[in-house]
Order: sequence, then structure tokens, then C-alpha cells
Amino acid sequence: MSDPMPAALHTAAAPLFQAAGLTKRYGTFLANDRIDIDIWPEQIHALLGENGAGKSTLVKTIYGLIQPTEGEMRWRGRPMVLAGPSEARAHGIGMVFQHFSLFDNLTVAENVALGLDGKESFRDISARLEQVSKTYGLPLDPRREVWQLSVGERQRIEIVRALMQNPGFLILDEPTAVLTPQEADQLFTVLNRLKAEGRAILYISHKLEEVKRLCDTATILRGGRKVATCNPKAETAASLARMMVGGEIKQVRAAADRRITVPRLIVNDLCLTPDDPHGVWLEHIGFELRGGEILGIAGVAGNGQDELFAALSGERLSKEPGTIVIDGHAAGHLSITQRRKLGAAFVPEERLGHATAPRMRLSENALLTGHATGNMVRRGFVNTAAMLKTVDRTTETFDVRKAKRDPEAASLSGGNLQKFVVGREILREPVVLVVNQPTWGVDAGAAAVIRQALLDLAASGAAVLVTSQDLDELAEITDRIAVMFHGRLSAPLKTVEASRERLGLLMGGSSIDSTEAPHAARA
Amino acid sequence: MELIEAILLSVLAASTPLLLAATGELVTERAGVLNLGVEGMMIVGAACGFGGAWLSGSIIVGALCGMLAGILMSLIFALMALGLAVNQVATGLALTIFGIGLSGLIGARFVGEKITPAPHLHVPGLTDIPLVGRILFGQDAFVYLSLVLIVAVWYVLYRTRPGLILRACGDNHISAHALGYPVLRIRTCAVMFGGACAGLAGAYLPLGYTPFFIPGMTAGRGWIALALVVFASWLPGRLVIGAYLFGAVSILQLHAQGAGIGIPSQLMSALPYLATVIVLVLISRARTGGSTAPAALGTVFVPDR
Repeated sequence: MSDPMPAALHTAAAPLFQAAGLTKRYGTFLANDRIDIDIWPEQIHALLGENGAGKSTLVKTIYGLIQPTEGEMRWRGRPMVLAGPSEARAHGIGMVFQHFSLFDNLTVAENVALGLDGKESFRDISARLEQVSKTYGLPLDPRREVWQLSVGERQRIEIVRALMQNPGFLILDEPTAVLTPQEADQLFTVLNRLKAEGRAILYISHKLEEVKRLCDTATILRGGRKVATCNPKAETAASLARMMVGGEIKQVRAAADRRITVPRLIVNDLCLTPDDPHGVWLEHIGFELRGGEILGIAGVAGNGQDELFAALSGERLSKEPGTIVIDGHAAGHLSITQRRKLGAAFVPEERLGHATAPRMRLSENALLTGHATGNMVRRGFVNTAAMLKTVDRTTETFDVRKAKRDPEAASLSGGNLQKFVVGREILREPVVLVVNQPTWGVDAGAAAVIRQALLDLAASGAAVLVTSQDLDELAEITDRIAVMFHGRLSAPLKTVEASRERLGLLMGGSSIDSTEAPHAARA
Repeated sequence: MELIEAILLSVLAASTPLLLAATGELVTERAGVLNLGVEGMMIVGAACGFGGAWLSGSIIVGALCGMLAGILMSLIFALMALGLAVNQVATGLALTIFGIGLSGLIGARFVGEKITPAPHLHVPGLTDIPLVGRILFGQDAFVYLSLVLIVAVWYVLYRTRPGLILRACGDNHISAHALGYPVLRIRTCAVMFGGACAGLAGAYLPLGYTPFFIPGMTAGRGWIALALVVFASWLPGRLVIGAYLFGAVSILQLHAQGAGIGIPSQLMSALPYLATVIVLVLISRARTGGSTAPAALGTVFVPDR
């Protein structure tokens, strides 16, 4: 398919960047298969596709991190071969990475200096950093170390670093995945300004509404191939999704006759000091969650969600048993295993390293959370057959795709591993499920499977607590939504009454608690 | 008075090989590589250093031979642990075992030979000042070099761009690679620097400390150097404190034993270890937040191309 815009609409005479027949082959696997793409100045160009469609490979090739097997790249009409990212930067190509390419133990200024090639002195870099961050309204303190910063601030470093190279062409890989709606709006203002300055932007996102709002052109990849180039403003989110997936996406559907029953999870005035000095203090958290109900917790990452998860799962114990009540039993002082025996199940955010041990097989990972309940351990001995059966059941029920029957956890793709860790807990038939970021970085198909599974679990009578930064997800599956900010939890709103705007304000800290003013202001 | 001077002089001599070897390992680990082969590189450096000096009659040639031997040993490590992405702990341990055997082979013909040790500085007037003169102005070149080296390492790590890039590789090799830095090449250079320092530290033993070679003469100093790097939280300033503290306590306890203090000698021999661990742990408790260890330390990195 060709570019739908008539050439007259482009203010520039020629594309800034072109790729022609770009192919990357790993063995017999084609990560990119003859991809053509034209990038024009003063345009925001969306790159869409499911996980594994080849988006990352394509942008890494454009940034010089990967050498293409075949095909050609042109810069201002001239053929361009990139031996590495520094050459891409020298041409004027900048990149903002999805998993931030930052160094936690270095300062903001040092991180920025590492992304610049020039012989600029450190003092000049700091000065220019402050100037650029002021010009674009992206406040940063050059002297702070990265580990002290919030996710939003970390992303600002990436963007400022890219802007300091004064790029003609900026690539952003899923920049809004971790931002509040308001922070995302600020980012869009910056991007529109960059566009007005005559720069070209390549924008990768899973959020289709956002793409429709922001982008002028969209290129859609599927299975390593380009399937379409279109004008996203003329498409619907559903039609874009269809092109990405190559078929209809199953809509998640809540059961019609869900019965709200007895309280399954009660949290009473939970206060907890963090064990690490940079953690968040949990302050007076309270809510009641009944069987058959799904409660969502929204909020920007780093506002106490992880600490709350640790307190609920028993990774941190509370001194007062009564602060957490699971299915009628005071559980604040109970260990993880004891809480599991009461019928609770927990799915943490980090798939690799927290929810699973990466180098252990799936069956061993199933055992790690299922040893206390079920039949995987008999008289102290591990029952391998039962472990494998658990894996098989999870695979079947949740459509986990993997290369062999019982691979290492780390070998699964993000979406499939997430289906496994959620499925593993759901098959234990819990009465309470606490799940953190159930579909973070998961493609649309897998996300639909997981969300449907959560709805079905609630329909079967369990209480489900979902923490997520994706407001669309919470709107889709929850009954009520509470917002977490600086270790406090707002009173839950009915999902049907919770507008994005209202949630966004709560996520930014306004009106959770009028007495809590001093440190509530956030840039 | 003379006793105190003698003690301080022997403290300097005992601390120098630790400081040299630990300086090299600090740079290696700051780049994210855990090379447990320090002891092996040191002992080969000792054998080759003595051999070079004995055959040529020159201490400088001996020191260079020791450094070269350390670099060659470290290249074996780099080839395995960086080039072939083998487990770093296993490779480092193998390097030490290999080094101990190799040094016995190289050094066999030198056992029982003697050389003139490295000359000590003599500045007329200054060196003759009582008590401090010989300590400050009467040392051999190795002592001064070890101090210059650690200051230089501090300066490069914290005040220059190459140092920043090296620390970045140790903090997050994936990010460093994504920004286009040649992580494996940088790490190989750091490992070679570590090898050179360990080789020099080993060569100092037969060239400056005792003027002859005996098999196994490093006597675990490579392991102490490794531990010092960890207890110093990978910070050059603390490394100097740690190395000299260890040297001081190990000399003092010898004198204390000689003076016939009624404490079991085994306990006294353990004192340097205890004192160093306690002091450095107390210092690091004062620091809050951030990770002190290079975050990528000891992890295998294979760039995708």
C-alpha cells in the first residue's frame, strides 16, 4: 500500500528518511521482511504492531544498533549505512528507549553526557541540560542520581538527552506506557512543538486512541512485514487493531449474573514504614472487597503500589493481625504461605525475577507458589507428574505458547509468561486474587485473555484486586477504582462514574486528602 | 622510636602489594567484571618478575615482565569470560589454580637464587629526618607508584569521560550497549589493567619485599585484595584505608606476638581480617541509598547484533 497523503500535503519536497526493502534475518527467522517506510519532516509517524511484529528490530536498525541483512536506508535521499548508534546520532537520529537506557547509580547529568558524543565539557553539558529542560518544560535536576527519580522523571531524562543532540528525526518507543494522562498530555505538547520545529517523529505505541489523536501517518507491522500505511485519523481504533492482529480481537465480556457476596479481603487502617529508605510509607490504607467484585487501584508507578502489594501478599508483615483480613481471618501477621492456605493468591508486577525464577522451568515455578496447596508435594517429596500436569493445564486453559512442554521461564515471550503466571494462580481457585499490572507490556491478544480470565474468576465468586497504570484496562474490567498517591489510597469511585479526568487529577495528588499538602506537589 | 619507625616501614611494605592488586581489581569490577583470578595473576607475576630481574639484572625489566605476565593471564580470563561468555566465577577460580601451577613451573629454576632488591629513594637531608624521613622519602618506587596509581584511578573514574563510560558499563551493560559503547572492548581493557596491576603486585614481592622467589609466596594476598575491593564499597579512597589498615594490623599483631602477649596466636593472626572487615563495614553503614556494588558485576553480556 502506498502513502495515502498526496505529495502536495507534505511541506518538504522529499522524505527525511527512507527505508527500502529493509530485512533482518536471525537464522531462518525473519524479524523484518522487506519493510519500506518514508519519514517526512513535520510529521508524527506511528509505528504499530503487536509484540513480536518487528517494531523494535526496525527502530534498532534505524538507530544503528542492528545491521540489516538486506535493504537500504536513505537519509535526505542519500544511501546511509550505520555502523553504530553514534553514527545515527551524527546524522541527526535520536532515540528514546522503551526500557530506559539509563544508569541508576549515575547522576542525571552523567546520564545525559553518556548519550552525547561531543567533546563538550561536563559543566557545559549541565548548563545546556538545564536550558533544554527549561525550554521544553521538562524540569530536571542534573545533580540527582537516577535511582532517586520517578518513572516520569526518568523518561524526561531520556527525552532531554535525545533533544540535546538536536535531532532532525526522533524515535520514541512506547513513551506513554508509564505516564499519567496528564503527563502524557504534557508529552504530546512537547511532541507537537518538536513537529512544528520541523522535526520528524517516529512514535511507537500500543494505545490506539492516542495514536489517532497525535499522529499524522501510521505504518502497521504484522509478523515482521508491513501490512499497511494509513492515516490514523481516518481509521477507528478497532480498524487499526484489526490490521495489527490480522483478525478480530475478542472483546472481553463480564458475566451478566455476577453476585456480589461477602467481604473476602478487608484492609483496615494499614500503615507501614518501608524497609528500604527510598520506599513509600503506606498511610491509613483501608478498603473492603467482596466476592464477585473487581477493585482497581490506579496511580503512577512508585506511589506505594509495590509496598501495598508486599503488605497484602505477606512479603512484608504487619504488626497488627487485624489490618488485613482474608476471607474472615485476621492475616496481617501471617506469612505468604499461610495466606495462600487461606485461599489468597498473588501475582506481582515483575514477571521475571519476582513472579518467576527466570532460569527455572515452568513446572518448578508452578511449584514455587503452589507447594502449600494442591497435590504437588506429598509427604515432603515433590511430585513431578503433578507439577507437569499443572503446567499442561495452565498451557491449555490460557493458551500459553512455548517451544517445548516445560521450558525455562525466561525463554517465554512476555505475553505468554504473563498468561502463565496469572493462569497458575487462577487454576488454584483462589477466593482472593491480588494482581499487580496484569497486562504490562503484553500484546493485545494476550491482554484480552488475561482480562477475561480475571472477569471469569470474579464471576465464580472470588474477590479480585487489580493494580494497573492502564486506565483503559481498569475501565474495562473493574467495578470500582481507587487511586494511590504518595502512599495513600483514595476512596473508591464507581467505575462508571470515574472519568479519566477525575482519575487523572487524583493520580496527580489533588484532593485525595486536603490535609496532605506539603510534599504532595509533583512536577 | 626506632621500633615505631621499623614497624611503620614494614607496614608500608606489607600494604603495597595489596593496594596495587586491589586497585586493578577495583577498575575491573567497576567495569562490571568479577575476576577472581587475582591470586593466580599475582603469583605468575611474582615468578616472571623475579625471572626477568634475575636474567637481566634489572628491577625495571623484572617489573615489566611481571606486568606482562599479569596481562597475559588476564587475557586468558577475558577470552573465556568476555569472548566466550563463560561464567566469571568459575573462570576466575580456574585462573587462580592455573596460575599457582604455572608459577611453580616457571619459578622452579629460580628457587634459591637471590637478586639485589629494588633501591630505596634517598634524598639527602629529607630522608635523614628522624622518624618520618625514611617513611616519606625513603621508599622504593613500587610504594610511590601504588599511591600515584590509586589517585590516578580515582581521577580517571570520577573526573574523565572514559571513566564515566567505564562506570556506565559496570552499572548497566544493556544501556551502555544501546547507546553504542563497545561494552566488551571496554571490559577487556579493564580486565587487562587489572592483570597488569596484579602482575606488578606479584612482582613486587620478590623484587622489593623479599629479594628471592619461593613458590606460593603470594600467600593469599590476591584473595585479600579481592575482599578489600568489596569492603571498600568499590571506592578508591576507602581502598587505601583498607589496604593500609590490613597491612598495619598484620604487622602489629606480629610484634604483639613477639612481645609475648597472652592471646592465642590463631586469634592474633585473624586480627587483620577482623579489623579490616569491622572498620570498612562501619564506614559503609554511614552511606545511605543507592547500590554500592556495580549493578552489572559478574553478569554475562552477549551483545545482539
